[in-house]
Amino acid sequence: LLGAGGGNDIQWCFSQVKGAVDDDVAEADIISTVEFNHSGELLATGDKGGRVVIFQQEQENKTQSHSRGEYNVYSTFQSHEPEFDYLKSLEIEEKINKIRWLPQKNAAQFLLSTNDKTIKLWKISERDKRPEGYNLKEEDGRYRDPTTVTTLRVPVFRPMDLMVEASPRRIFANAHTYHINSISINSDYETYLSADDLRINLWHLEITDRSFNIVDIKPANMEELTEVITAAEFHPNSCNTFVYSSSKGTIRLCDMRASALCDRHSKLFEEPEDPSNRSFFSEIISSISDVKFSHSGRYMMTRDYLSVKIWDLNMENRPVETYQVHEYLRSKLCSLYENDCIFDKFECCWNGSDSIVMTGSYNNFFRMFDRNSKRDVTLEASRENNKPRTVLKPRKVCASGKRKKDEISVDSLDFNKKILHTAWHPKENIIAVATTNNLYIFQDKMN
Amino acid sequence: MFVRGLKRKCFDGEEDIEGSLAGIKAIPSYNLQRQSLLDMSLVKLQLCHMLVEPNLCRSVLIANTVRQIQEEMTQDGTWQMINTQSTGQASLDRLVSTDILCRSSREQAEGKHVSGYSTFNKDFESDQAQDSSETMSTASSVQASRNLQSNAWEMENPQENKGNFQKSLDQIFETLENKSPNSVEDLFSEVDSSYYDFDTMLTGMMSNTKMGHCDGLETFSSPTTTASNSNCKSDLNELDHIVEILVES
Repeated sequence: LLGAGGGNDIQWCFSQVKGAVDDDVAEADIISTVEFNHSGELLATGDKGGRVVIFQQEQENKTQSHSRGEYNVYSTFQSHEPEFDYLKSLEIEEKINKIRWLPQKNAAQFLLSTNDKTIKLWKISERDKRPEGYNLKEEDGRYRDPTTVTTLRVPVFRPMDLMVEASPRRIFANAHTYHINSISINSDYETYLSADDLRINLWHLEITDRSFNIVDIKPANMEELTEVITAAEFHPNSCNTFVYSSSKGTIRLCDMRASALCDRHSKLFEEPEDPSNRSFFSEIISSISDVKFSHSGRYMMTRDYLSVKIWDLNMENRPVETYQVHEYLRSKLCSLYENDCIFDKFECCWNGSDSIVMTGSYNNFFRMFDRNSKRDVTLEASRENNKPRTVLKPRKVCASGKRKKDEISVDSLDFNKKILHTAWHPKENIIAVATTNNLYIFQDKMN
Repeated sequence: MFVRGLKRKCFDGEEDIEGSLAGIKAIPSYNLQRQSLLDMSLVKLQLCHMLVEPNLCRSVLIANTVRQIQEEMTQDGTWQMINTQSTGQASLDRLVSTDILCRSSREQAEGKHVSGYSTFNKDFESDQAQDSSETMSTASSVQASRNLQSNAWEMENPQENKGNFQKSLDQIFETLENKSPNSVEDLFSEVDSSYYDFDTMLTGMMSNTKMGHCDGLETFSSPTTTASNSNCKSDLNELDHIVEILVES
């Protein structure tokens, strides 16, 4: 099923690619998270080396009406450093697991970034002027001898080259025994949650020395552990509601008004298993790797290994829509279990109007599903199509039988090239797709 | 995890397998394949423990898979015994196509021939012989001498087999809790050290024989929480662990 051509279908064009060209990927450069801010003007990436790189969209050039502004590097900073936990003799990775932007309240931008154990609130601010003309200081900062001052002047601000500074404003540490997989900012813009494998904590953005535990699924006896938390998110509108997904394919919706500890869910979303598809890998592939509310707040989307599911919050017993991402992998689960690919955690995202959803796959393919037209498309993030405004050609995987021209057979797929992280601009048809160490930006073809 | 890529084509992709489920000699029995998957899973779990901090989600999913296989094997009343009389052949037997396991249980052939069983001992040191693959496969701790008595033995002691297996699984989870560091030493005492090269990310930790565990110590400086979990049981272990570190340094 092709999505390109005809009707209202979007034609996606290559816009930019960021990152090294080498095939030899430095471990630290592996992109681990991608996130647009609320206006879409800023695009942040986090990598395995603990760095955050923020790109800013150029102001639209009135003369160049056929393309939107490009994204250029705005700020780069080291968010997290590797740490060593001496008590457990464990190294704590500096890899950035998630970045979440706060809505902009003043001139500065704020984001939360987290590694496995520590969340940090970063302030990114611009400085484009500096004070000059001090009476007691020279321009280079040296102090003047007060006896040489004969006249007084008022210091004034003079323009300077733009400097973007990132400074850590809060550090939220020591609240997670297990690895943090999610952070989510509440719609009250005052609190946020952080989730690890077994617990979810609620924080106030101003308070770093304490957090409230709101979900705890750790069994008294660790030998009885059979299920972990895989993702969590606050509802976009209801500040008392959040969901968390599990490794058994369930999603629990919790209401913080019900009790302090939300161990009892208000709703449990779970699709009954299809007995005809049952195998030893059924549970693993049902494990949910990502959960995202729609912008409207009426739906939520979950990603498991082979599919994307859309749930209506009013219906718990099954999803309202299911999209197969790469069903041709179902017969390959054994190999994918052996090489651990079956444990890859793919993310998913909504477009601004909640009409299209997107997720990644292998071979640097990514997929989009149009909920209205029910059409889907497979595209590839590759440097081969790197001329700006080149329309991306839809790709097709041949599951079995005779391979047609331009199709790629399942056995030829490169399972080392996986797209785990994708993001959609909140308002425009601009998408950011992360391959292992490159960030691709695609836009729809204008006019 | 460091991805090795899809190299083993023999595991899936045989197009003619679909049509030939009649239990022909060319297709390994379901039991053997299931055993192969079980071995692979146990290997993965053991490797988990060699990493500095195992991915809990992955460990739980693999452990659940192992439990599923064990439950099914118990229901069948079968415990598979891998023939280790010729080591090379045994390894090959285990490296069988597990394609059949990917399909639903309905589709699978019902020809389950009980060719043996394996016991899961707490004592992983047994049979830690020649090459590394052999070492890893004997994680399911094969006892060659019991081959002949397999059926009778297993019929008499299904509970004990199940118990042994459960103990092994529990032991693996115990190590996640850092409850009994000594058992971890037992677990790894005979493992081929070449596995330390398996994951290049371990560089800093390779010489550290004390295995990291993902839990066990609640953080000392944890902030107050409204719902406090009782950490009494791990306090003693925390003390032991600290003393161990102090003594070693």
